Amino acid sequence: MRGVDASLRGLGRAPFAGRLAPTLRIVVPLTVLVVLLLVLPHSGDWFHAWLPELSHPLYTRTSFAALTLTHVWLVAAATAASVILGLGLGILATRPSGRSLLPTVRAVAVIGQTFPPVAVLAIAVPLLGFGSAPILLALVLYGVLPVLGQSVAGLEQVPASTLHAADGMGYGRWRRLWEVELPLAAGPIMAGVRLSAIVSVGTATIGSAVGATTLGSPIIEGLIGNNPAYVVQGALLVGALALSVDGLLGAVERRFQRVR
Amino acid sequence: MIEFEHVGKRFGERVVIEDLSLRIDDGEFFVLVGPSGSGKSTLLRTVNRLAHVDSGIVRVDGRDVSSVEREALRRGIGYAIQSVGLFPHRTVAENIATVPRLLAWSDADVRARVAELIDLLRLDEPGIADRYPHTLSGGQQQRVGVARALAARPRIVLMDEPFGALDPVTRESLQTRLKAIQRDTGTTILFVTHDMDEAFRLGDRVAVMLDGGLAQVGRPLDLLHRPVDDRVRDFVGGTHARLRELAVRTVGGSMRVGDRADGEPVDAADSLQDALASMLAQRRDRLPVRERGAIVGAIVLGDLVAREP
Repeated sequence: MRGVDASLRGLGRAPFAGRLAPTLRIVVPLTVLVVLLLVLPHSGDWFHAWLPELSHPLYTRTSFAALTLTHVWLVAAATAASVILGLGLGILATRPSGRSLLPTVRAVAVIGQTFPPVAVLAIAVPLLGFGSAPILLALVLYGVLPVLGQSVAGLEQVPASTLHAADGMGYGRWRRLWEVELPLAAGPIMAGVRLSAIVSVGTATIGSAVGATTLGSPIIEGLIGNNPAYVVQGALLVGALALSVDGLLGAVERRFQRVR
Repeated sequence: MIEFEHVGKRFGERVVIEDLSLRIDDGEFFVLVGPSGSGKSTLLRTVNRLAHVDSGIVRVDGRDVSSVEREALRRGIGYAIQSVGLFPHRTVAENIATVPRLLAWSDADVRARVAELIDLLRLDEPGIADRYPHTLSGGQQQRVGVARALAARPRIVLMDEPFGALDPVTRESLQTRLKAIQRDTGTTILFVTHDMDEAFRLGDRVAVMLDGGLAQVGRPLDLLHRPVDDRVRDFVGGTHARLRELAVRTVGGSMRVGDRADGEPVDAADSLQDALASMLAQRRDRLPVRERGAIVGAIVLGDLVAREP
């Protein structure tokens, strides 16, 4: 543990090249995403040259910017809900009074994870109707487990001697959680949040199968209409978005880990 | 003042403390010594309610601890443990400031107190206040642990084998420092250890705890000279009891005033154990004794050996 801490702490004093890598992980995918958003709307001729047999080589039903925006909104909402649920349950399950809940909570979260998102959609659509609601539900069910798992792991690895000392000093339960446990568990928790968000970026695409507007819309339309150009356009944007989210949340995660 | 009145405690079927009564006076350095599993740590923890008693009453300054709000009680009592338990995400200064912050002291007061404690515990390495615990040596960590326990100027401090994991040299230097601080501040300290030498070095009074009860309570020399039974005799040292006694007594009390001797002098304030070590090192059976820079007498090996209790 100490070795990891030391190497992470070292990041702040690393030579130029060492400091550049994490920054590049944010800047490069974000730049690619922005360039794609600017260039793709004017790329009809290129796709036509590549796939001359297509009558409509460029997806134009909704603008790529609008698709990206709704996609990001879906992922953000799902991740926020996953954090509230996952962290909340994780905290509850690591309190002395809630410890008996831990196996149940884990089991429920794992079941949520084993359910294929498509199956969730199939069940949710009759109940919630077409649109964003069913995919939001599927994303939350999927996103809770990494946050929950990492919250429990992060909270349980806080040294027992630190907690014992905190009690002896006169910390109340909630103040101890806020000032001691959560700061010490923040690194692992953020890793769970990052994982949850990235999975959501990919999974959200299938929401377009039930009427949600996402970056999956060109992909699914392209698959149905035998139009590989649409698939490529959607996939490029989803990929760039996923890497951007990973870079941004990774930076937040490293910040928290450096707290130790 | 800490009072235990007919205190009892059990974990399931196992009796940990049985009908124990004890009174620790203000300003006393009181050491609870006993083997592992004797219940001494549990007894200590009943004072700040980290352990609750099944029967009897624990009083701090006359008030039943179970009637005091738990967090308020603990903030008023210093606490140091063997595993130290420093907060890894906080600097040395922030760790020391823990209880004053919980008590909402002003920033200026906290800063001044932290500086004072860093000085008091000899944490005088430049820039140490802003370092994180994992960059400190074990001895430094425990100095911070003790500083944190003393930070809010508690009148009572509980210490659970705080020096148990340290090397002998560091341990002795911290023992000396703690004893000096305790004498200067008049703090009441309840100290738990399984190390008899540590108990005798620190304690004004020592209680030998065996199987959940107090086998004997007294000044260190009482325990050595008048153990109440064989269990206590064995625990305080058996045949090594006389050797231990030398650690408790000073040269000044046993020297021949005005006598002369050759060799490197010992200090009147040193223990007889130090004097004996010095004699062995110098291969002499008498050494001069120094007090405030002047030779005032001599210490003689035969006197140590023949000394009546």
